[in-house]
Amino acid sequence: MTRELPGVDVVLVGFGWTGAIFAEKLTAAGLDVLALERGPWRDTAKDFATTFAQDELRYYWRHGMFQETSQSTLTFRNNSAQTALPMRHWGSFLPGNGVGGAGVHWNGQTYRFLPSDFVARSHNEERYGRLPEGMTVQDYGVTYEELEPHFDYFEKICGICGKAGNLGGSTVEGGNPFEGPRSDEYPNPPMEMTFSQDRFAAAARELGLSPFPVPSANMSRAYVNPLGLQLAPCTYCGFCEKYGCGNYSKSSPQTTIIPVLMQRENFTLRTETEVLSIETAADGSRASGVTYVDTSGETVFQPAEIVVMCAYPLENTRLMLLSGIGTPYDPRSGEGVVGKNYCYQVMSSATVFFDEEFTNGFVGAGALGMTVDDYNGDNFDHSGLGFIGGGYIACHTTNARPIESHPVPEGVPGWGSEWKRAMRENFLKTTTVGVHGASMAHRSNYLDLDPTYTDAHGRPLLRMTYDFTLNDRRLTDHITPIAEEIARGMGGREVKVNALNGSYDSTPYQTTHNTGGTIMGSSPADSVVNRYCQSWDLPNLFVAGAGLFPQNAGYNPTGTVGALAYWAAEAITEQYMRQPGPLVQA
Amino acid sequence: MSGRPASRLALAIAAGLGALAAATGPATAQELAHSQVERGRYLAIAGDCEACHTDFENGGAPFAGGRALSTPFGTIYSPNLTPDDETGLGRWTREEFHRALDEGRDDEGRHLYPAMPYPYYTLMTRQDTDAIFAYLRSLEPVAAETPENDLPFPLNIRRAVAGWKLLYFENETFDSVPDQSEEWNRGRFLVDGPLHCGGCHTGKNWLGADIDDEYLRGGLLENWFAPNIRGGENGGIAHWEVEDIVKFLGTGRGRHTVPMQRMGEVVAISTQNLREEDLRAVAVYLKSLDDAVREEHDAPEAARLETGAGLYFDNCAACHAADRSGVPYFFAPLDRSNKVLAEDPASAIRIILGGARTQPTEAAPSMLAMPPFAWKLSDAQIADLLTYLRGSGDRRAAPVSAAQVAEMREYLAQEH
Amino acid sequence: MADFTRRRIVQSMLFGGTALVLPSGLIAAEFGRGEGMPWSPFKGEPPYHGTHADSFFTPAEREAVAAICARLIPSDDDGPGATEADVVTFLDRQMAGFYGRGQHWYMRGPFAEGTATQGYQSRFPPAMLYRNALAELDAYCRTRHDAVFAGLTEELQDEVLTGLDEETIIFESVSAKTFFDLILKNTIEGFFADPIYGGNRDMVAWRYIGFPGTRYDYRDFVGHDGAPIQLATVSLTGRPGWSAP
Repeated sequence: MTRELPGVDVVLVGFGWTGAIFAEKLTAAGLDVLALERGPWRDTAKDFATTFAQDELRYYWRHGMFQETSQSTLTFRNNSAQTALPMRHWGSFLPGNGVGGAGVHWNGQTYRFLPSDFVARSHNEERYGRLPEGMTVQDYGVTYEELEPHFDYFEKICGICGKAGNLGGSTVEGGNPFEGPRSDEYPNPPMEMTFSQDRFAAAARELGLSPFPVPSANMSRAYVNPLGLQLAPCTYCGFCEKYGCGNYSKSSPQTTIIPVLMQRENFTLRTETEVLSIETAADGSRASGVTYVDTSGETVFQPAEIVVMCAYPLENTRLMLLSGIGTPYDPRSGEGVVGKNYCYQVMSSATVFFDEEFTNGFVGAGALGMTVDDYNGDNFDHSGLGFIGGGYIACHTTNARPIESHPVPEGVPGWGSEWKRAMRENFLKTTTVGVHGASMAHRSNYLDLDPTYTDAHGRPLLRMTYDFTLNDRRLTDHITPIAEEIARGMGGREVKVNALNGSYDSTPYQTTHNTGGTIMGSSPADSVVNRYCQSWDLPNLFVAGAGLFPQNAGYNPTGTVGALAYWAAEAITEQYMRQPGPLVQA
Repeated sequence: MSGRPASRLALAIAAGLGALAAATGPATAQELAHSQVERGRYLAIAGDCEACHTDFENGGAPFAGGRALSTPFGTIYSPNLTPDDETGLGRWTREEFHRALDEGRDDEGRHLYPAMPYPYYTLMTRQDTDAIFAYLRSLEPVAAETPENDLPFPLNIRRAVAGWKLLYFENETFDSVPDQSEEWNRGRFLVDGPLHCGGCHTGKNWLGADIDDEYLRGGLLENWFAPNIRGGENGGIAHWEVEDIVKFLGTGRGRHTVPMQRMGEVVAISTQNLREEDLRAVAVYLKSLDDAVREEHDAPEAARLETGAGLYFDNCAACHAADRSGVPYFFAPLDRSNKVLAEDPASAIRIILGGARTQPTEAAPSMLAMPPFAWKLSDAQIADLLTYLRGSGDRRAAPVSAAQVAEMREYLAQEH
Repeated sequence: MADFTRRRIVQSMLFGGTALVLPSGLIAAEFGRGEGMPWSPFKGEPPYHGTHADSFFTPAEREAVAAICARLIPSDDDGPGATEADVVTFLDRQMAGFYGRGQHWYMRGPFAEGTATQGYQSRFPPAMLYRNALAELDAYCRTRHDAVFAGLTEELQDEVLTGLDEETIIFESVSAKTFFDLILKNTIEGFFADPIYGGNRDMVAWRYIGFPGTRYDYRDFVGHDGAPIQLATVSLTGRPGWSAP
């Protein structure tokens, strides 16, 4: 008999970026909020202080703060003809775990999707004609204009450092000329760039492109955010992505929201508690709460008036499937929605090797970079190209951590004396021009429950069926040469192109940008939640995270994830609380 | 809008300070009970009564006493100030309460241990203590028996305190100094009276009494060194402006440093809730206190400076900056730091070993933490690091030995 | 802002949440409820790095591993290699710890070979993979070349390793290719990890490639503009310059 606890107003499943955002907004509105986090409490001085944060082995290679696959993982296959096998340890992506989630160990590259990204189907079909069969690209149901104030607020909470390119419709020098109109400048000026960015920007301008500084959550100066929380200046330590920041200079839930939450009596956080399922009331009309297990092994039922899923796209999708909420997606018929439109990111790059000059990659930060958007979204004419979307092309200097980053030129063997020498000669003298390409949805890429493998509690693992699509390959084949061209203009000795080849490989790290599975949209026939991120099936269930994206754009997702969270939180406080029930008529 | 970061704190001070301050004017003949209670509440905040008279460690009710206070002489438990008849002040009179704060006697005439800082509170007037009493009477009575003190013979005999008082206690009244401003006098009243800064910041003799010559020149308490807070020429905070002191006390953030540990408690419970003009008065008074020229110290040996400099650059620069300028209001600048350059390096050693954090306050809720270095640096290394920091600027303090660090390490190991 | 009592404000300022036994008797770490951020001195999670006592390899295995590492990252005119960096000690400690046991990995069956894109699928966690592979490696070398791997000439050793990498040499109990990929990866880890883990002795590998180590402040060097940066290499537990000679 599962013990029942006293009810609360709101339960948040997971406590990373979106959990912190919802907690802050909903407690400010007077609701009693309980956050349940599967992993442990994490804070700067305890978990990644300046005295030991710089530990490559511990934090990256031994996955110090990532989700433990022994506790929960997923199975993977490239296509439905194969048998999915477990990701026994992480490779291509690194899901977060613990308080702050992946918000603790992200890079800090913080973009807004383009206005056209939110209407990818209607915009592209209007311009280029009907999309190919099998491309399940959809509109979000919400527009950039509606999200703009929430982008603005999230950027201010984080203290994003950048240069506006479009203020209120007017183009501004030094920013991204392609961006959607902004109501305000960035709260902090751009970071100071290094040698590699200078060379990249010069080469890009030579080609008629418009480079601008990467919008960065690594602080360019001391900053106090709207909640009164303090962020210190970034020290370019080169231990950003995959690592926690030891001196409060990277935006994270810990540095931007959590200390204020901890002062609120109506906020409670329970760590080391894993939600097993979301319960539905007997009449099927609403979610009644969640069932969870803590480290004592006991299972309890936690009733709640509102449930918000903040557990990352993969776990959110799995929880909905395990809880029997919504219709699971069936790739053969194309019916169903939960698990549909899983997308990722299409990555390629060109490495520049210098002879005389030192790029000194160890002087780096996660979002230190210059980028061009000329080949992103629909910023260029796709007529006759056979694909939609694009990606930014950027030159970052994030690290020279030796286990991870020791590039060698083309033709050098993978081990031995020749390799060792090439590694030494080039270690401090390389940089990379990378393409961060959009991932368009396709009916063959999806998430469902694995038929064979289970987690520690005996529940089926999530199964990921994913491979690159024709759109992906045409996109990368078109844009990678441009990255190469810029790279060749940077004055190095040689350039090595790292093109996208073959099937999606789950082994080498690419990005932790898993999107889809719980997509938002205008109709319950083709989406899991409505434009307010409210479940079409259970009106008191809301979903957060990049799982909302019907497809992924050519940008890092966090900026848009944050904006959607603030947008949905506002829908709860301003609309749902006044009149509980569906906010959109199906 | 990209506002200047520091101005946010300035705005926050005003917001934070306004929140809980009591509004009072000059005493009127007709004292309304409400205004009396409010006045008393404000004075109780200034006196920081709640800090000692609440058992925080065990979730005790406010003012219900029972907090264990460790003194060099043993452990004393604070009494219950709520108006409970059996265990609190329920049956006390106003006269008895005044005598407690003015003379250090309880309702039965027995002496109070000067852990209760009545040598400072004695400066308050009968009107002040009546107001505090009215405030305490307005609280919910809480039944909470005060535990027995844990003092060795003969200190456990209260009559022994009579001797101490004979030597060291003066039942003073506060007299304004006529040729000083009203603000200065108000500041002096607060510092020497309710705020009882000297309780920690004045050096003590072996019997725990203030040494007059050491007035606000620093004191050691529970192995923390509360630094020299004279703000005049040669004083510990000579380089602070009035505004710096006001911000430090009012928001828990300052340009030069932040309140930590015990002082963090004081700011959180007491000073962040005082009116800005009172904090300004305190600052003006402190700024008027000159000090003797500091003892000249020789520069340390070159070898220690070299290792110390290397240790500093490798370990400390990430927050305190390569040139020791820190990040004002975040990470203390160290080149003129009062903590680093204090005569007694106890606090500096302790912070390096165990870490420290900024006090979250209403105006500044961040908890910026310095991590512990105990596992990473040896006694000799910490000693060299501090010797470098103390010996390589224009103001020098004495070098630190590995033995001093070892002693503190052992003391802390016992505590934790 | 929520309406809270003065007591809670004070509580939140001073003391943080700790693991509370909740009124309902639940066992969970609970935070919030107005009690502020938890903090106490000395709290932290400095690296756990095992000790010299942690050992997994038999003497024969250790010899074989040392010999493999010495070919993957050789000592030569250009500079030190895995031998100087004592990578074998690093590997020994790793195999003896949670990594060798695969404790953090999903090691539940069923096990199948998988495609090249599906990653590590061996039923053996790293330590047992090593054990099986090293046994088969030495057996192969004895059969083909009349000596265990460590007894072969460097040319022959390279030939054998190439055979593992290019899958011309196959093992029975484990995948030779998986083993090769893993030991190459682990050797690079051992070469470049912080010395606290047993390899990269005296930061020899970092000094060899010019990596300044565990520094955390490069603000003064952001404007390097392509010039080299000279900084003494430092590790988590320091460098020689931290102590007087």
